[in-house]
Amino acid sequence: MNWKTFFALLARDAHVARRNFIPLVLQTFLQPMMFVFIFGRVMVSSGFMSTSYKSLLLPGIMALSMVFTGVWAVAMPLIGEFQFTHEIEDRLLAPIENDWLAIEKVLFGAAQAVVAGLAVIPAAWILLRPGVDLNLQSPLAFSGVTLLVALLSACGGLALGCSIDQAKIGLMFSMVLTPLIFFGCTYYPWSALANFPILQKVVLANPLVYASEGLRGTLVPQFPHLPLVAVLLGLLIFDVLFLFVGLRQFRKKAVA
Amino acid sequence: MLAGIRTQDLRKVYTSAPPLAAGGGFVVRRKSKSQPAREIVALDGLSLDVRPGEIFGLLGPNGAGKSTTVGILTTRVRPTGGQAWIGDYDVWAQQVEVKRLIGVVGQRPNLDFTLTAREILLFHGAYFGIESQTRAARAAELLERFKLTDRADQLARGFSGGMMQRLSIARAMMHDPQVLFLDEPSAGLDPQTRLLLWEIIREYNQSGKTILLTTHNMEEADALCRRLAIIDHGRNIALGTPAELKASVPGGFLLRVRFGHHSPELLERLEKLSGVREVRINADSDGENNADLYADRGGSLVSEIANLAAGCSVELSDVHISEPSLENLFLHHTGRSLRE
Repeated sequence: MNWKTFFALLARDAHVARRNFIPLVLQTFLQPMMFVFIFGRVMVSSGFMSTSYKSLLLPGIMALSMVFTGVWAVAMPLIGEFQFTHEIEDRLLAPIENDWLAIEKVLFGAAQAVVAGLAVIPAAWILLRPGVDLNLQSPLAFSGVTLLVALLSACGGLALGCSIDQAKIGLMFSMVLTPLIFFGCTYYPWSALANFPILQKVVLANPLVYASEGLRGTLVPQFPHLPLVAVLLGLLIFDVLFLFVGLRQFRKKAVA
Repeated sequence: MLAGIRTQDLRKVYTSAPPLAAGGGFVVRRKSKSQPAREIVALDGLSLDVRPGEIFGLLGPNGAGKSTTVGILTTRVRPTGGQAWIGDYDVWAQQVEVKRLIGVVGQRPNLDFTLTAREILLFHGAYFGIESQTRAARAAELLERFKLTDRADQLARGFSGGMMQRLSIARAMMHDPQVLFLDEPSAGLDPQTRLLLWEIIREYNQSGKTILLTTHNMEEADALCRRLAIIDHGRNIALGTPAELKASVPGGFLLRVRFGHHSPELLERLEKLSGVREVRINADSDGENNADLYADRGGSLVSEIANLAAGCSVELSDVHISEPSLENLFLHHTGRSLRE
């Protein structure tokens, strides 16, 4: 393992992220914050939703922002760099095993996801207050879940970014990400699906469910949520699966 | 440390479409009907031995396997069979060691569009662990050498094709590699820049570096390469210095003539003309009324050919003379022109 090269790769990504800071921030926060404003503020103040919905919504929005950020941060550059600008070729010739380049992408994407997730808390709190009732009981469990969610998003981004054709990016959003978001228990707890027993089982195949429920369970445990063990197990399984698939796809792209 | 390049019996069969970098234009050969996958044989047992410190050229038409060879030697293409070494390192088994030794300029631009020209060089240097002061000095020096200093702090995204190509070559030289691969280096460059590039390549070679370049430009191969391999259908069909290779074509001059109709008698008589070494029916054309004459002399033969044709009542409709060149050599070995 060649640490100098690895850090130089990270430095390059950080440099590019710094350069694109404002579009990056808008792209990460605009949509979730609009959602928070409409559902948490407009709908609640007009009486269509109860005040407690504010607290229920926050972890879901956090999960959504993290997953969206991580997937975007890893998948979009990979799609562009492999298929359009080919600029990744220079880094594939850097003196380091190709897998480390993929891992670097995952780490950097995960770091961005953590930042995006943590930034949602104060931002949403400002937008929603008063009435947000955060109840952090175990910082350790919260950190663990946050970390696993960040890795989930970045590994998912690696798998998607190395599998999807440039011409099908639109399809990726409409066919993959949108259903994941709506059936990801982001805007409602998993228990709310009790009236749809089949759907309730099916959505357990959606990794976003574990992200939303995990953050809900550690940030606002007063609401119904999946047990922590199930959440950690679910996240871990999806992390490993996506990393495995992602690395395999990455190798296929990197070497003809 | 001086490093050469060696390949032994290198084979590459693509089962899906070959990557763009490998050129395209391959001939699809299906081995049997029971074999459903579309197989494209890009390299068919290629063995090369490039000596340390030499400029070696791979010459061949599109789809000959040049870029695939470069791809394998630079760890970007997995060989189907055979072995390749850079210096003492096995390219496939010791990739990291190999990557340290090589610099690569690909056929298509692959610059980091989110960085400026200077940053591209600096980050490239950083990947190779070059210390930051050395990096800055070397980047400035290369930008100056490649006449990019005034655009150094602009994003590479807005560069013209020629500027991108210059920057790509500067980047490949940034970590001072022992072996430099240049895949069609002067494609898209104006004549002036091409001369600058040739000068830089020679200079780099004089510091003991090995350079492998692919080209289908005769003039370039002739001007730069100490030795050349001519490749077609993934096989090495001729190897030697440019002078040796040119001398291997009978006569050196090539006269491509077209007659009104085919006349075996005329061809027989042409063969007996003084200075004519070989007469062939031109394989490029459909009919048999085109002939290639390999000869010791060029223009002075034309009137004699015209006289002979008139004597056989055959109309001479076209003559094209080419002087001793690698193009003729390629034609002689493959029956096809390089530009096809």
